[in-house]
Amino acid sequence: MKLLWRLVRRDLSLMAGRLGEWLMPLAFFLLVAMLLPFAIGPEPVLLARLAPGILWVGALLASLMPVNTLFATDSADGTLDQLMVRGIAAETLAAARLLALWIGFGVPLLLAAPLAAALLGMPFDVLWLLVPGLVAGALGLAALGVLAAAVTLGARGGGGLVALLVVPLAIPLLLFGSRPEQPGSVGLAVASALLLAAVTPFAAGAALRVGRG
Amino acid sequence: MAAHEITDRTLSARDIHALANPLRFTRLATLLTPWLLVLGIGLLAVGLVKGLFLAPPDYLQGEVVRILYVHVPAAWFALGGYLGMAIAALAALVWRHPLAALSVRAIAPVGAMFAAICLITGSIWGRPTWGTWWVWDGRLTSMLMLFLLYLGVIALVHLHEDRARGLKMAGYLAIVGTINLPIIKFSVEWWNTLHQPASIRLSGSSIHSEMLMPLLLSALGFLFLFAGLVLVRMRTLIAEQRLEMRALRRAARAG
Repeated sequence: MKLLWRLVRRDLSLMAGRLGEWLMPLAFFLLVAMLLPFAIGPEPVLLARLAPGILWVGALLASLMPVNTLFATDSADGTLDQLMVRGIAAETLAAARLLALWIGFGVPLLLAAPLAAALLGMPFDVLWLLVPGLVAGALGLAALGVLAAAVTLGARGGGGLVALLVVPLAIPLLLFGSRPEQPGSVGLAVASALLLAAVTPFAAGAALRVGRG
Repeated sequence: MAAHEITDRTLSARDIHALANPLRFTRLATLLTPWLLVLGIGLLAVGLVKGLFLAPPDYLQGEVVRILYVHVPAAWFALGGYLGMAIAALAALVWRHPLAALSVRAIAPVGAMFAAICLITGSIWGRPTWGTWWVWDGRLTSMLMLFLLYLGVIALVHLHEDRARGLKMAGYLAIVGTINLPIIKFSVEWWNTLHQPASIRLSGSSIHSEMLMPLLLSALGFLFLFAGLVLVRMRTLIAEQRLEMRALRRAARAG
């Protein structure tokens, strides 16, 4: 447990230094919220109705951004090998990455959500309903990101493929998370996020061992 | 010179380990493939002739319902194929059986094809009955997810330079993707929008026997075809692997 926490802290402090892993997804998320009104038209009623969906699509697209570097840098400079040689289970590494990504991706996302909501003219009471889903959604998306990063580790240029791997599995999150007004849908979003977060460390850990060669 | 001999010996030892079973498998597969394919095409032909010409039209949907004899079996085995692929991936993971890993690669494109047939026939069916080619109904959406998952597995195999590594990675994705199977199964009950719920259950069927018989015949045909096609692919993949190993051995001897 202490080890896990230390790994999470390490990942977070590394992330803080790499703007591409937290600032870029954030900028991307806000960019989606900013560009869609141009594409759809600036009608306030229509925008407010579409806003929850737009926020979710923005979060999903933003979560694809850090995937390419999640394990690749640690693998390239040998850190991954060193940690594993020290007897740290690959599953622990994956779980730590998952938690760090949840914090490093989810917190900025939540901070940016009111801004995006304001851009889209979304009432704040709707945003409040959306928040629990977004917190869980960030966990689910982080899990999918870690999984996609692990299975494409050591592959020749997997950038485009990541979307193909992540998007189908993220659909339940999107489906339940973006309809907070429907009874029970937030619970289902949380449940699918937890399921993904529970499975990912094992699948990603196994993939890390294989990817290391 | 000594170094070459060692490389040669390790390679051939690995050959025996990996091929002892595949050889027997290939013999069995070679024997079974034509039977499965002929039986599959035969049953499918009988089922489709019965379904398309002899079975009565639906009291509500009329003649359009006949597409069911293609649509439903394709859906069943797209799902069943995915489950089989995930089980094979799990077997490859647990027992490290080389054939199990290969069968993930063998099943994926066949399953993707069946899922595509299901989606396309469903779309054609939806046009006259629902008035639209596509709706974002729970069943349709989750079936599309299944198709995309198949594509992801296929892509992941080919993305890795090292074939064995690609197979393993694709296996992990296949296992995690089984989350989608219950979603597809229960989608018609969770989001009861357009797609009808299941008519055939373990407890019995609400379909008249004159329509059920051709459906079951065509489903059997689809099943045998699925198995036959997978076996053809397995044999191709095993042959490919042997060719690669032979090339490796030759290179080791020459180098």
